[in-house]
Amino acid sequence: MIEIEKLQLYYGEFQALKNIRLSIPERSITAFIGPSGCGKSTLLRTLNRMNDSIPGVRIEGRVELQGKDIYSADTEVESLRKRVGMVFQQPNPFPKSIYDNVAYGPRLHGKLKKADLDELVERSLRAASLWEEVKDNLKKSALGLSGGQQQRLCIARALAVEPEVLLMDESTSALDPISTTKIEELTRELSRSYTIVMVTHNMHQAARISDRTVFFLNGEVVEAADTQMLFSSPVDQRTEDYISGRFG
Amino acid sequence: MNLPASEVRSAPAAKERRIPKHLAEEWRGRTYVYLCVLIMIVTIFSIVYFIASRGLAPFISHGVSVSEMMFGLEWRPDGEPAVFGALPFLFGSFSTSLLAAVIAAPLGLCASLFMTEIMPKLGKTVLQPGIELLAGIPSVVYGFVGLSVIVPFLRDVFPGLGVGVLAGSLVLSIMILPTVTTVSTDALRSLPRGLKEGSMALGATRWQTISRIILPTLLPSLLTGVVLGIARAFGEALAVQMVIGNAPHIPHSLFESAATLTSIITLSMGNTTSGSLHNNALWSLALMLLLMTFVFVFVVRMLERRVKR
Repeated sequence: MIEIEKLQLYYGEFQALKNIRLSIPERSITAFIGPSGCGKSTLLRTLNRMNDSIPGVRIEGRVELQGKDIYSADTEVESLRKRVGMVFQQPNPFPKSIYDNVAYGPRLHGKLKKADLDELVERSLRAASLWEEVKDNLKKSALGLSGGQQQRLCIARALAVEPEVLLMDESTSALDPISTTKIEELTRELSRSYTIVMVTHNMHQAARISDRTVFFLNGEVVEAADTQMLFSSPVDQRTEDYISGRFG
Repeated sequence: MNLPASEVRSAPAAKERRIPKHLAEEWRGRTYVYLCVLIMIVTIFSIVYFIASRGLAPFISHGVSVSEMMFGLEWRPDGEPAVFGALPFLFGSFSTSLLAAVIAAPLGLCASLFMTEIMPKLGKTVLQPGIELLAGIPSVVYGFVGLSVIVPFLRDVFPGLGVGVLAGSLVLSIMILPTVTTVSTDALRSLPRGLKEGSMALGATRWQTISRIILPTLLPSLLTGVVLGIARAFGEALAVQMVIGNAPHIPHSLFESAATLTSIITLSMGNTTSGSLHNNALWSLALMLLLMTFVFVFVVRMLERRVKR
C-alpha cells in the first residue's frame, strides 16, 4: 500500500529521518513506537505531507502510495490528504455542529445533495461508533461532547471524505482509559476496511492492537516486524532493551 | 524592626504585641493598591458627574428640549433665539467613523491574515512593528497629511472642495488601522493550532481553511477589533477637524463638508465663556460622546463574552 524508500528528512541542518525504508501493508494496523523525538510522528506526517507547511523542512527519497510518489511534482496535496486522513493527538473538532464537523470534508470536495450528505454523515458517524450517542443532537455544538466522543467525531470526520489510509498520531494519549479502549476497539474494526498507521508512545497499545510494529530510534527504523514477532523475539538488541523497559 | 530571629523567639511577650513583618508588608501593599483604586474611581466618577452636570444644564436651566438637541437640524448658538440642533454632528460622527471602519476592517483583516498565515516571519519582524508605529503617530500629523495629500487629491478628482466626509473617513481609517489589525492579529495567533491542521488534513486549501474555519471561529474577536476602531474614530477630534470642513449641516454627498461632535467642541470651546448657554451646549455634545463610549464598551464586552463561550 505504502512504500517508503531512502527517505531523508531535514529540519534545517538537523536530520530527523535517516534513510527510511518501510512498507506498510493494506488493511491492517501498523504501529510506530519509540522514545520521544525518535522521528515516528515526523514520518507519520510525511505520509500526508503535513510537514510541508513547516518552514525549513527538506525531504529526499520516495514515498509511494499505490505505486505513485506522493512527493512528485504532479501530486496535488489536497487530493492526497483526501486519500490519507489524519486523527491528531488532541481532539480538534471545529467549533461547529456535530453534523457540520462531519460534513466539512465532503463539502470541501464537491457539492452533494442534502439527502446524500445526510446519509454520508450517518454512515461516517456509525463507522466511528458515535451515531447512537449523537443521533438526536446532530445540530448541537461539537464542543459539548466529551473528550472521547470528540476524538471519535474526529475519526468520523476523517472517514467522511472516504480515505484509503488513516493516520493516527497518538490519538488516545489525551483520553481516559475507557475512551481509549473504545478507540482501540474502533481502530481494530476500521482496520478491516482501511490501512491504519498509528503512532503511539504506549508500547502496550501497539502490542494490543497492531498487526505490524515499527521501532524507531534517533530517526532510523531499527526493526519492523509482525507485532507478535517484534515483542516476543526481537532481532535487534536495542529493540529488546526498549520493549523490556530498559530505556525510553 | 529588624530583630534577629533568635531574639524574637526569646521574647514571646514582645511577639504578641508586634505585628509580624510579613503581615505589615501585606497590609501596606493592600493599602497602597486600595488607595490607587480609590483615586481612580473618584476621578472617573468626578469626570462623569462634571460632564453630566454641565451637559444637562441646557435642558434643565435653559429650556432647551432634548428632542431639539437630538434631532434639530440647525446649530445657531449666536442666533436670536439661539438654536441647538446637534443632529448634523451626530450624523457626521457616525458617518465618518462607520465609513472609516468599513474601509479599515477589510484592510486590517487582510493585513493580519498576511502576517499570521501567509508570511508569519516577515509579519512578526517587519509588518507588525510598522503597523504599531502607525498607532504612535500624533493625530495632528495625520490631520496635516490628510490636509496636504488627501484633500487636494479629492479636490482634483471629485467635485467639491476636497474637505468633507470622505476626507475625514479616509484619515480616520488609517488612524484606526493599527487597532483593527492588532486585535485581529492577536486573535489569529490565539487560534488553537489543531483547528487549522484539522482542516488542512481533510484536504482543505489554505483559503478554504481561512474562510470556513478561521474567520467564523474568530468572528467575535474580529468584530471586537472593529468596534474598538469605531470607538477610536468616534472620539478622534483634531485630525477630523482639519479635513472635514466643519460646516454644521447634514452633507448631501461624501464630498461635502460636515462636522462631528468632537470637531465642533474643539473648534468652539475657546470662543465661549464658562457657564454660558453655548458653553453648556458643547458639554451636552461631550455628554453624547461619553454615552456613546459607554455603548461601545458595552458592545465590546458582549462580544468578549461570546468569544469565551
